[in-house]
Order: sequence, then C-alpha cells, then structure tokens
Amino acid sequence: MALLEMKNISKQYSGNPVLKNVDLVIEEGEIHGLIGENGAGKSTLMNILFGMPVIHSTGGHEGTMLINGEPFVPTEPTDAMNAGIGMVHQEFMLIPGFTITENVKLNRENTFASPLSRVFGKRLENLDRKTMVADTKEALNKLHMDIDEFVKIEGLPVGYMQFVEIAREIDKRNLRLLILDEPTAVLTESEAEKFLEVIKSLSEMGIAILFITHRLEEIKSISDRITVLRDGEMVLTQNTDEVTTLDMARAMVGRSIELSVEDRRDLSEHPLHMEITDLYVDMPGERVRGINLEIKKGEILGIGGLAGQGKIGVANGIMGLYPTKGKITKDGVEMKLNDPRGMLRNNVTFLSEDRKGMGLLLDDSIEYNIAYTALEVKNRFLKRVLFSDFVDNKAITENAEQMIKDLDIRCTSGKQHTRRLSGGNQQKVCIAKALTFGPDILLISEPTRGIDIGAKKLVMDTLVRLNREEGMTIVITSSELAELRQISDRIAIISDGKLHAILEPDAPDELFGLAMAGDVMSEVTS
Amino acid sequence: MTKIKETYEKIGFPRLIIGVFLIILLVASYFLKINQANLWGSILIRFGMNAILVLSMVPGIRAGIGINFNLAIGIVLGLLAALLSIEWGFTGGMAFIIAILVSIPMSTIAGVIYGHILNRVKGQEMTVGNYIGLSVVSFMCIIWLILPFSDRSLIWAMGKTGLRVTISMEGNFGHYLNKLWAFPKAEVDPTTGLAQGFTIPTGLLLFFAVCALAVWLFNRSKTGNAMKVSGSNEQFAISNGLNVNRYRVLGTTLSTVLAAIGVIVYSQSYGFIQLYRAPLYMAMPAAAAILIGGATLKEAKISHVIIGTFLFQSLLVVALPVINVISDGQMAEIVRIIVSNGIILYALTRGGTEA
Repeated sequence: MALLEMKNISKQYSGNPVLKNVDLVIEEGEIHGLIGENGAGKSTLMNILFGMPVIHSTGGHEGTMLINGEPFVPTEPTDAMNAGIGMVHQEFMLIPGFTITENVKLNRENTFASPLSRVFGKRLENLDRKTMVADTKEALNKLHMDIDEFVKIEGLPVGYMQFVEIAREIDKRNLRLLILDEPTAVLTESEAEKFLEVIKSLSEMGIAILFITHRLEEIKSISDRITVLRDGEMVLTQNTDEVTTLDMARAMVGRSIELSVEDRRDLSEHPLHMEITDLYVDMPGERVRGINLEIKKGEILGIGGLAGQGKIGVANGIMGLYPTKGKITKDGVEMKLNDPRGMLRNNVTFLSEDRKGMGLLLDDSIEYNIAYTALEVKNRFLKRVLFSDFVDNKAITENAEQMIKDLDIRCTSGKQHTRRLSGGNQQKVCIAKALTFGPDILLISEPTRGIDIGAKKLVMDTLVRLNREEGMTIVITSSELAELRQISDRIAIISDGKLHAILEPDAPDELFGLAMAGDVMSEVTS
Repeated sequence: MTKIKETYEKIGFPRLIIGVFLIILLVASYFLKINQANLWGSILIRFGMNAILVLSMVPGIRAGIGINFNLAIGIVLGLLAALLSIEWGFTGGMAFIIAILVSIPMSTIAGVIYGHILNRVKGQEMTVGNYIGLSVVSFMCIIWLILPFSDRSLIWAMGKTGLRVTISMEGNFGHYLNKLWAFPKAEVDPTTGLAQGFTIPTGLLLFFAVCALAVWLFNRSKTGNAMKVSGSNEQFAISNGLNVNRYRVLGTTLSTVLAAIGVIVYSQSYGFIQLYRAPLYMAMPAAAAILIGGATLKEAKISHVIIGTFLFQSLLVVALPVINVISDGQMAEIVRIIVSNGIILYALTRGGTEA
C-alpha cells in the first residue's frame, strides 16, 4: 500500500486553475523527485498536502488524499505533522539567537512538572534540557553532523542551517514523509554532495522523501521515481531509470499551446549597441557573477532563467540600482557604473519587476507618474515664468491623455492615483512612462507578472510595436519562457549568475529545459 | 446621496468634526453676548501669528521626514536672532528685519546638520526628532543663562548674565507686523496680544502670504518636485537618479529656517520672547494644525496650512471666552490640549494614507 496517495487534486485561485487533476503516489521509503518550472503548481500542491490556511481561505481544493489507505483531510499544518509529514522550507525557519537544540526542539520541548505547572497547567512546566540535548545529538548523528548542539544558529554556514532544519524534522518520532523544497539551491557543491548522501541514508531508515528541485542531474542521480508538473498538470510520472534528463527537460518546458512567433529577423547586420563585459551585480537573491553580453541595435533580447539564478540582477545591474562591477559600453562609449542618472541621461531606461515599489508613485496621479522621469532627467514639461522654471501641469495632462488613449489605460481620469489601478493598468502606466521618456534601450523586467491575459497581450504587442516602429532596442527579462520565445530575437539563459546559453526562440524545448536547469547541453544536437 | 458622500470624503472626518464644533461655539458665543468684533479680530491675528510655524511643517513632510517634531531647533535660533537684534539696539521694523536676516544663516546651518542626522535614522525621524528637540531645549536652558547679553531689558534684574524667562518686546519690535497697515486700528491687549475690537492685520497676513507663495513656488519647481518624489517613494527616486539624502536634507533645512522665521513673527505678535522650556511646546500645535488642515504624514500642501491654522486657531480663540462663561478657569486650555494631541494621535494611527 502506498504511503501517500493524492488523487485528482484540482485547485483554482479566483477562477485561475493552478492544478488540474494531479495524481501523486509516494511509496514507503522511496525518494520521489518533483520537478517543474516556476509557477507549475509545485508549491500549491505542497500547500494542499499541508493544509495551509491559504488553501482554505481561497475556497479549498478538489480531490482526495489517502495516507496508508486512510482518508487524510488536513485543515491546518498540525494535522500534517501528526500524520508524520515534515517539510523543510526553502527559506529557513530558524531563530538565529537560539541554540541548535532550542531550534530543533522548538515548541516540542521535553518538559517535567514543576510546582508552578501543577497550579497553572502544562504550559509552565520546566524544560528537560538533558533529554533535549540527548535527542538533538541523536538526530544530528543520524545526519552525520559533527557539530556541538549548544552552538547558536546565527553565524552558522548556510549548509549547516539546512541540516538543522532536517534534524528538527527527523527528531519527530513519527516522521514518515519528509518534503524538501529546493534543498540544494543554497548549498555549495561539496555540501550538496554530502547532503544527497544523507538523504539516501534517511530513505534507508524507511523515511520517504519528496524532493522538489529544478536540478535535473541531481534528481536523476538520487531519486527512485520522478513526477513532472507543467502548468498545473502532471505530465510525467515514471521510474527514474526509465527516463533521461532530456525527457525531463522536454516534459518540464514543452508547451501544448501554439506560439504566435513574430517574424524571424536576421540580426547579423545590426550594429552593436551595448556591450557588457564581466558584469557582477550584488543583488540579494539574484546575484550576477560575471556576465558577458552583447546587445544589438534594434533587437529584442530576452533574458530567461529560473528564479534566483540571477536573470533579474542583469537589468538592475546595468541600471546601477545594486552594487555592480565590470564594464558596460554603449555605442563604444564606456558608461559609469552604479549611476542610474547617468544611464537615464544616456537614454537607457528601466521598468522594474518591482512595479509597486520602484516603478510607481502610488499616491500620485497617473499623469504625474507618466511625466516624472522625462521631467527630471530631460527637463521636459517645464515652462519658464519670469526667471525660473516651473512644472507645466497642462503639458503633463495633455501628454497623459494621449498615452491613456494609445495604451488603453482603464482609469476614471489621468488624475486618478495609480494605487487604485489594476496590475495590468499599472504596467501600462509604466510603459507610458518609458514611452514619454523615449529611450534608445528599454530594459523591462517581468512585464506581465500579475496581470491578466488581455493586458498581457496588449503589453507584449506594445513592446513589439515600439521595437518595430520606433526602432527601440528592448531587453526583456521574464520568468515566462513562452512569452520570451514569442517576441525575442535571441534569448539569453542565465543560470547560477552566469550566461549559460544564447538560444534562438525556436530552439527545441529540451534545449531550453536543460539550459535553464544549468545542465550541459552537448547531448542535444539541434 | 453620492454627492453627499463625495463632499464628505473631500472634507474628511477630522475637519468635519472640528468644523461643526467650531460653528457650535461661534453660535454659542453670539448668544452668550461675547463681543464678536474682538473675536474676529483675534482670530485673524492668531492666524497670522501661527501660520508660518505651521507652514514650516510642509517641506519636512514633503521631503519624507514626516512631521518635524524638532521645530525647537529652528525656534531657539529664531529667538536667539530676535535677542541679538534687540541687544544690538535696533527697534521697530529694522529690528524685525535684522532678526529675520540673522536667523536665516544660523537656522540653515542647524538644519543641514539635523538633516544629516535624520538620514542616519530613516524610518525613525519623528521619534528621534522629538528627543533631539528635548535635548536642544534643555541644552539651551544652560546657554540662555551664560550668554553674555547686557541689555537690561533682557537679563535678570540682579546679576550680570542670564536671560529672563519672558522678555517683553515693548519698545523694540513688539506687535510690529500686527500694527503694520492694520485697519481699522484697534487696541491690542498687551498681555495676550489679542485685539480689542475688529482689525485686519494686513502686514502680518501679507508677510505670511509672501512666505506661503515662496513655498508654493518652490513646490512647483523642478527641485521641489524632486524633493517630493524623494519623500514619497525612495526606491522610485533612486531609480530616477535622484540623490534622496540630499533632498531630505534640503527639506529639513527649509523646515528649520521657516521655524526660525515663524517664531520671530509669533513672538512679535505675542509681544513677548519666551525662553527656556517654552520652545518645547510649539511643535505640537503646529503639527496638529497642519493635520487638521488635511495633511498626512506623507503629503502636505499650502491649502492644508491655511485651512488647518484657521480651524485650529479659531477654535482656541472662540473656545476660551465661551467655555469660561459656561464653565470655569482652565477648561479652554484643556480643550486645546485634547484637540491638538488627539489630532496628532489620529494622524499617527492613520499612517501615511489618509487623515
């Protein structure tokens, strides 16, 4: 009998299906790999398994779950824990100022009765530190961890924190299934190797492991079976030795929908516009570690890759919003680094992935948002009265009215504050801002994140129009590969902070899959 | 119905409450046979007396440092400038002008220093400002005692140094602006600075108008816009290549300079220079006034200054006689404290969104 069976799991968030009839079976003691792109539905599936509040507050889910053949209906994470399911999250949930023992035993401390607790109840019992230490040592030993249990978490290397998290889970006596969410993402190579050994020995102890990752080689080497999710559907579930990494890559990326690919263009004649040499960007969570990239005049260059690999860092680095080193030249002239204003002056503009934080003044009007960058950097929308320049509100309004019409921004008027707009309309305001500024090179990050399908199409169409009609060079960074393949002339795939490959948009799916996973691509002959 | 709702939203809850309360008091004052001419003359004087201090809140809020609770730093320097002007023997208009001219460079330097301090404590400006205010006032309590002033009207009757707690400006530039081009002429009560009969203090109001116009023009300039953008969204400002810290220092400095000018106008209107603990209690009413006027912790306009100062000061002027008739002694002062602290509390709980 299977340890865990999830049958016909479906889930939608306000009408948007994120999981469609997913079946997942995990046997006792096996290592099961779960892979999929960002947004494929992996986290949602885990949230359902854990009975997270976010599932119930959005209308619950369909389908059933069985543990050892018994129906399992978790309504809160504690239910999952009682059923013997433990999870190690991608972000560590540890208290820095506490020792390893205290973290491992957090809220499950061994206690003994005291006079106080006899009067006021169990919550006031004393800590049985001896047992706590002994238990922790035992758990650490199981993981082959040679570290003192009284050390505080702060200052520990990241790899060790990961092990402490696991120690906490295996200290739970009834643990039968351990879920690891991208556990090796933060580990160095040697740490990762050690980690995988530990995982194997855990599974030999009879604990089933569900391993979520996007490193295909890793999952291939360690797992017994794998399941691939794509767009909320289960597209593959098989014994690992029956599939190749190539199959996995294809399954992960392949789209059933037709791409309306723009006409291919020959860019060999296009002159070099911007050259990036050995660029390092210290952007937390999206570090760039030495990228060389050439941007040609009049092209649309896509930048893709998985989350956390550094693709977001590239545009932020070029703009100088995070500490940067390396060399950037535009039309042969070397640019000053870490100087957003200098970049703007040189007609390079950036629409941030953080629309609400960096892209908009939420408590100002649409028209002011659209005009401000051009006003500040290019001295537009100013008029001279006597001896000084003042802001020309009339010109700002007129410009905004034109933009609202051209881009179909849905609003009550240009005076409306941008906070009240939907995500799609906010993005249109950002694009209007860039249009008003009139850059040579437009850097745009995650242009369609969090906006609905209709607005998505309009945003993408506008970008293509700007490129074709105004000759604007566009560098578009996106997590959605389909979107990049639809409009880009070339797609640069960033993995582990480095440029991994530059692909044609119509390159085969498996090539994209492997490139994003950071794997060698020599085995594919296209 | 939607019309009513729209109007209500435009006016806002605090202004509605205070406006209604003010109207009730005004009606009551009429039936209690309180002299209406005195009342309105006093309202106008109190308005002009306080408006520049309230105006000094505007650049601070727009630059993103929130309410400048540390007005005290500008205030003590304004007072020092006024004292120097008297010490040097100037009288009348000349004394007033010299006081203003001396106060500007001093408060500029102090404002720049204070601005740099605030850049190190982003997010805590109002708390830190409060404590710096307390420290500055306490420090000046020592300084007032040891400054080598020699004019007999300034220092204690006994001994050679030490400035008095309250210094009468009679004979130098007390009530100078109040009386400038005022019509119809009315006597001014020497102890309260309020009018005995109706009067329009043209000079006083005009001086405020000039200051307000200067701030308004600044707000519409490119620099003023850059300062506002720095204040409302730091990330956005950085991505537009603005030096956020520099604009914060600018806003803080403007606020400090206006506070110095404001206190000189306030003192001449009151007729007394108040030293030692007094500067501590001047930031709160100014903060309350601009918040009543509709400003938030993130947005402030000249209209907020005018509406707020008018509502707040009229309330005080009207409440005093009315409450004294129907109740006794200290009630008016209590109402003032409840209103001013209550409205600040209300604004702080509302955060940056609306007040």
